[in-house]
Amino acid sequence: MPLNEELRQFVTDNFLFGKNNGSLADHDSFLDKGIIDSTGVLELVAFLDQRYGIHVQDQDLVPENLDSIDNLARFVGSKLSRN
Amino acid sequence: MQVESFLELSARGLPDKTALICGGRRLAYRELDDSANRLAHSLIAEGVERGDRVAVYLENSVEAVVSIFAILKAGAVFLTVNPTTKADKLCYIMNNCRAKGLITDARRLAGSRDALADTGCLSTIWLAGGIGKDDPVAGKRLVDLDAVSRDNGLPVVAPPKRCIDIDLAALIYTSGSTGRPKGVMLTHLNIVSAATSITTYLENRTEDVILSVLPLSFDYGLYQALMAFKFGGTLVLERSFTYPYKVLDLLLREQVTGFPIVPTMAAVLLQMDFSTFQSPALRYITNTAAALPTEHIRRLRDLFGSAKLYSMYGLTECKRVSYLPPEQLDVRPTSIGRGMPNEEVYIVDDVGKRVPPQVIGELVVRGANVMKGYWELPEETDKMLRPGPLPGEKVLYTGDLFRSDDEGYLYFVGRKDDIIKTRGEKVSPREVEDVLHTMPEVAEAAVIGVPDALLGQAIRAVISLREGARLAENDVLSYCATRLEDFMVPKSVIFVSSLPKTGSGKVSKREIAASVGENA
Repeated sequence: MPLNEELRQFVTDNFLFGKNNGSLADHDSFLDKGIIDSTGVLELVAFLDQRYGIHVQDQDLVPENLDSIDNLARFVGSKLSRN
Repeated sequence: MQVESFLELSARGLPDKTALICGGRRLAYRELDDSANRLAHSLIAEGVERGDRVAVYLENSVEAVVSIFAILKAGAVFLTVNPTTKADKLCYIMNNCRAKGLITDARRLAGSRDALADTGCLSTIWLAGGIGKDDPVAGKRLVDLDAVSRDNGLPVVAPPKRCIDIDLAALIYTSGSTGRPKGVMLTHLNIVSAATSITTYLENRTEDVILSVLPLSFDYGLYQALMAFKFGGTLVLERSFTYPYKVLDLLLREQVTGFPIVPTMAAVLLQMDFSTFQSPALRYITNTAAALPTEHIRRLRDLFGSAKLYSMYGLTECKRVSYLPPEQLDVRPTSIGRGMPNEEVYIVDDVGKRVPPQVIGELVVRGANVMKGYWELPEETDKMLRPGPLPGEKVLYTGDLFRSDDEGYLYFVGRKDDIIKTRGEKVSPREVEDVLHTMPEVAEAAVIGVPDALLGQAIRAVISLREGARLAENDVLSYCATRLEDFMVPKSVIFVSSLPKTGSGKVSKREIAASVGENA
């Protein structure tokens, strides 16, 4: 599965109760859409660790890395290419 | 004294000092006060009169802060509605208090436009972020909020005062055991009294910089703004705690001295690695809404070094009840302290007689901070506000069970009702159950709180289905997410063949908790 699709699947399953209805675009801010809170961010971090072996540093916990499918994909991509 | 004077006096004494830092903007006191004055004139021009209710339905933002003070300056009563509230509940609240005005943004308006057409008393909507072609609502006037705060044609002097301090300043809607939210009526005097007591024991001073990520719809968040302007401090306002590192970065950059938190934030913070974190400017942290686990208290103090940690307890009906002086934290870490300055608290038995130390009873609060009552709910008001020591006086029966130690420090024991506390917010199980019962597949539903390391309590729905009906956990959760505020949406669902009943045929929450109330 392409990275964007896989990330979208996780976000849909975990924060949208499995129902996307096509309302979440890749560039949509999770914060603006109100679909994630600080405990959701921790779930996201655990997922990135389990699925991709990415250990997210605390200073990486910023919207630029995590707040949309696009941002997540960019962040994950850069972490994976560095390893 | 009236609440808007907090801003007005600081704007007069410290016009160029930074009052508010929010969303990349920095506003000086004079600027903030001018904006609020312009909006107040716009409210009055639209027909808002003394005592009228005006709702603020916005995320934490400059506009939300300006709106609160503008409404007060117009002599009206503000209500801050949780920005994740869905259309039906918004309209219930608007109709319940017969709000004349609504201040919101395009995104929230889009989610509630149809429902708002049915709010009979609502005449004008002020819209932040500009008016688009899709925004008009049938029968309502629409005013561009950004144009109002830019408009130099509107006077920047405050409109003449129309209120006295026993007039209402705010209505704060809170969960009721009936499932319908109740409007807590707070007068100017109530708010000024509570704010004075709190800033006294926190020893706030003009140099303080407060960082708040708590929503302005939550009284703990609202008071951060009111109090910061009262003592001429600076408020750093964030939308949420979603990205903790961003918040901590802000805390360091703005040299924050006061940081109010709830236990869920502490739990999130303590999962991070802080080996290099230092916050020399931080003077204090406050915690309320639920007790911090003793282990978290210890680790927070390690993390934030010399900052004082205040454990506090309160309820919307009187704002704050008690605080534990920081130097007592090592002596009695599980206590929520004693009454605030200028407030009396005591514990009574079932007939209202004061009990000696160590005996469990209901906590009673006496002071000028105690609410006026619930909006148009005389029976519910009489249950909470009952006769006090002076003839004709009313004191607040909190519904919370407490005991005190021999020195008079208070310890929370439990609640008399089944209200759930999650992420620091109160949730009425009934309100969630009412939504579940509207699902055609659901025969019976009960909602309980289960222990959760992050949330304090997590909401669990226990459901029995009608014969032949099928439903998955996600179906239930997504149904709730479109009808309830985010913090009210259950975290888990358990399906059972039938719900246990008491002898009188009522659903037994106790038995449900015993069978499926374990931590997930």
